[in-house]
Amino acid sequence: MKTLRGYRRYHPGTQPDYDYPPYRSTEKRHPTQPLVIAPQTLSELTGPLFGWDDVKPTDHDLTRQHKGTPIGERIIVSGRVLDENGRPVPNTLVEIWQANAAGRYPHQADQHDAPLDPNFSGAGRTLTDAEGRYRFVTIRPGEYPWRNHYNAWRPAHLHFSLFGQAFLTRMITQMYFPGDPLLTYDPMFTCIADENARQRLISTFDWETTIPEHALGYRFDIVLRGRDATPMENRK
Amino acid sequence: MSLYATGNQTVGPYLHIGLNWLVTRNIAPRGVPGERVTIQGRVLDGDGVGVNDAMIEIWQANAHGRYAHPEDTQKKPLHRRFRGFGRIPTDARGAFRFTTIKPGPVPGPGATQAPHLVVSVFMRGLLKHLATRIYFPDEPANRRDPLLRLVPEARRGTLIARPKGKGTLEWNVILQGKDETVFFDF
Repeated sequence: MKTLRGYRRYHPGTQPDYDYPPYRSTEKRHPTQPLVIAPQTLSELTGPLFGWDDVKPTDHDLTRQHKGTPIGERIIVSGRVLDENGRPVPNTLVEIWQANAAGRYPHQADQHDAPLDPNFSGAGRTLTDAEGRYRFVTIRPGEYPWRNHYNAWRPAHLHFSLFGQAFLTRMITQMYFPGDPLLTYDPMFTCIADENARQRLISTFDWETTIPEHALGYRFDIVLRGRDATPMENRK
Repeated sequence: MSLYATGNQTVGPYLHIGLNWLVTRNIAPRGVPGERVTIQGRVLDGDGVGVNDAMIEIWQANAHGRYAHPEDTQKKPLHRRFRGFGRIPTDARGAFRFTTIKPGPVPGPGATQAPHLVVSVFMRGLLKHLATRIYFPDEPANRRDPLLRLVPEARRGTLIARPKGKGTLEWNVILQGKDETVFFDF
């Protein structure tokens, strides 16, 4: 085996804690014992890889999965997947899911009294290109209430799932929209202590990808863990 | 250029909408060589209640101990139909079940690693997924495994599946309490 190169640990403050009382569901679901700090081995430095055998070229367009057109404001969500060294992460699977324009998920657990849209399922996926770029066509999701605390509302958001090239780079995150007044009150957003890290969960309006007379563009770049500068065996 | 990784967020309660398309309960399709094994268990919260909206992902080497990944440069055979990835949601009782082949030993720091599966655990209420491992019972290599040796002896058992009848093993994810599963920070 050639020398393995490990991944950097997360920068302090940029990641949520498991125990975060403002988000009530963490109470019974966070580990109470400290995590065991372990060396990164071949098992974690590798990970599943996906390709166009897994994903259809049209899976990125959530507005064309049914006979009719979904209700709502059509948007383009695009960006790049990079590592912490600023290098693109190519050919990696990106999965998204989201509520419809009325803030309703087609899911048995969602009992919110808002209409379902027969023309919108709210799931998409794609692979990044050689420069780490991805692009989705969808509709702007609605805000919706949840029962975490009195008068709790989730800001509009898209869920993102990414793999990167190793078990260690697996990431689930959420993308928010600029100027959303609900962000301040949202424990999912505030669970990230570092203000700059929190702001990076908010997409930016993107004039470049906005299609005239058709759809607004939002840009959301995602950064996965990057390689350490020092090969593993040289680390103390 | 130096950037910081994006913040992790919970999958929330509606994860199935985006993730179910890739559910893989049989990790080793027919024809993939190796000792077949079914692993079943439950994901339990701090009250011992089954978590009905969890999902686990599995990553593993093949029976020779080689990963289907370019960074595994060992001179061992690969199998075209074996990716080594599983994704399994829990049911209404918090239970999951999947079938695979037992992986071979893989290289590790200082010593060869005993056969194991690496596991990611996702659910509403987890702001960042958890990483753990499944080891196999009656495996002499467990005693020398470099990761198991880092775990206090009293807790090692949470990472080792238990025999549950022919070709079946049981392994649970216990989030809190006396038998809390060991989770790793890499």
